[in-house]
Amino acid sequence: MKHQMPDLEVSTKVAVRLSGTGGQGLLLAGRILAEAAGIYDGLNVVQTNSYGPEARGGASRSEVVMSKGEVDDLQCRTFDILIALSQKACDAYYGALVDHGALIVDSTNVGVVPTSRAIEIPMTKMAVEECGNKMVTNIIALGALCGFTNLVTLKSLESALKTTVKKDFIELNLKALHLGHDAARDIVKNLPERKRAQVRDYGLIWQQKAHKKSQKNVRKSTANRQAVYA
Amino acid sequence: MSTVKTGEPVLLSGNEAVAYGALAAGARFYAGYPITPSSEIAEVMARELPLVGGKFIQMEDEMASLGAVIGASLTGLKSFTATSGPGFSLMQEHVGFAAMAEVPCVVIDVMRGGPSTGLPTKTSQADVMQAKYGSHGDYPSVALVPSSVLECFTLTVKAFNISEKYRVPVVLLSDEIVGHMREKVVLPSQDEVEVVDRIKPTVPPEWYQHYQDSITGVSPMANFGEGYRFHVTGLTHDVYGFPTEKPSEISALLEKFKNKEIHNSRDLTMVEEFCMEDAKICIFAYGSVARSARMAVKILRQCGVKAGMLRPMIVWPFPKIPVENMLERANLVIVPEMNVGQLRKEVERLSNAQDKIHGINVLDPTFITAEQIVDKVRDLRAKNRRTGEYIIG
Repeated sequence: MKHQMPDLEVSTKVAVRLSGTGGQGLLLAGRILAEAAGIYDGLNVVQTNSYGPEARGGASRSEVVMSKGEVDDLQCRTFDILIALSQKACDAYYGALVDHGALIVDSTNVGVVPTSRAIEIPMTKMAVEECGNKMVTNIIALGALCGFTNLVTLKSLESALKTTVKKDFIELNLKALHLGHDAARDIVKNLPERKRAQVRDYGLIWQQKAHKKSQKNVRKSTANRQAVYA
Repeated sequence: MSTVKTGEPVLLSGNEAVAYGALAAGARFYAGYPITPSSEIAEVMARELPLVGGKFIQMEDEMASLGAVIGASLTGLKSFTATSGPGFSLMQEHVGFAAMAEVPCVVIDVMRGGPSTGLPTKTSQADVMQAKYGSHGDYPSVALVPSSVLECFTLTVKAFNISEKYRVPVVLLSDEIVGHMREKVVLPSQDEVEVVDRIKPTVPPEWYQHYQDSITGVSPMANFGEGYRFHVTGLTHDVYGFPTEKPSEISALLEKFKNKEIHNSRDLTMVEEFCMEDAKICIFAYGSVARSARMAVKILRQCGVKAGMLRPMIVWPFPKIPVENMLERANLVIVPEMNVGQLRKEVERLSNAQDKIHGINVLDPTFITAEQIVDKVRDLRAKNRRTGEYIIG
């Protein structure tokens, strides 16, 4: 009997890293994003965390890898989207962002951005001034991510939020989500023409990836073959 | 049974899946002491056990936890505890006791960086040998290693089944990455889960031998308080459980322990072979690292290299036959591990050409990526091209 080879396709995937300090709710944000993409958008997701032993402070990050196929790399070397809520996180992880990757920062905490392509939103300030609660910074970040990239739909984020967050806080969190989403949309609209062209690709992340992959595969497999057989 | 949805996609962490797996397997008693990265298991059990009529106790420490688990198991409840490396060290005394008294129980060890308190929130695979040789004396040890969230569920059920079937303590070696990562899974419903219960005595109480001699090493087990009289002790005992110093009885008991592994080795071998049919470069990986290994195999296959992966789901007893088969046809064996090479040495023991076995040993808590494995294969190939030792392709 001829054995059938298992599916060897390395599937297209998008990796998001949410980073900042402990206590900013990055693990919860990662969980909500994973739930939205996995349960409500029907993709395959893996979400991993990395944090220190402290309850607050210290570096904290959460990673979500989503794909239409199997996800096998649990922790990626490079990321397509980086959300940084602290200067330290922004400096530390910018290097792992792919070329033309999206960088979204909380400008309340991040004063110096490494690239002009970065999208700056004062998330903590918005959380305090408009929601009256610093704790929803993470949800504003998710809303902004959704507003820029269409990676997940706003509807599925809302549904995921409702199942994850405590009942009393759903209203507040939904407000924060829309706040982030609208802020992101406004920023894109008001950007100068040139910068808008840079940012525009964000919305097409899935299509772009698939296109890149078809081109890259040919190149990569020859390159790898040469490398492995060298 | 539990409140989690079955038959439709849910987003679960490995630790949550372990807890739901335990409930599906019929666990009704949990005693434990919280420790990162295993605490979520206790959290779920504290919430779910009372709903199904079970008992949850937070004990004063890990030694007492496993003690309580053994006691509960003797009364007939399927019992388990969850901990991490430092707690598992403290439990070793009772692991030996459970093996000696042949009490079924399950210990979930979510591995973190060691030795000692080490790195509470970082991953490691350094408890593999502790699961085998942690307690003193020759005792049968069984350890399972999940590499995905769904496997956290299925292998926990399997761990309970093995433990009940063979009357042995079973260890589930999860690690921080598997325990804390969330994946989309579809859990099987209760009807789809195979649940094994311990064999009950069929003889009248006065004929009952708690440690009856048998070729498979498994004797029927009555619950405490059912009218069957037996004695439980850590001392070497006779068939009724009372201490003995007779050489014939001692050797019979220890032979029985050995037989549990030998006569049931077929049932206690569980491996996944990925692209192994024509593989010349084999990766032997387990736990979270196996995910990277699978990715590496895909990349290597795309480059035309005949790579494959052998992944043990039960690491103890060591899967001797699959590994020997692998060694026979492989030109190169890579063993990536997040320790100094604990299982690589086991693979080397079965090989007569140890120079073809190479480890990737990462001791800092950074995860081993697929690229690292591919790079290693490339380096070794480059080296071998010069010496002309291996034919790879």
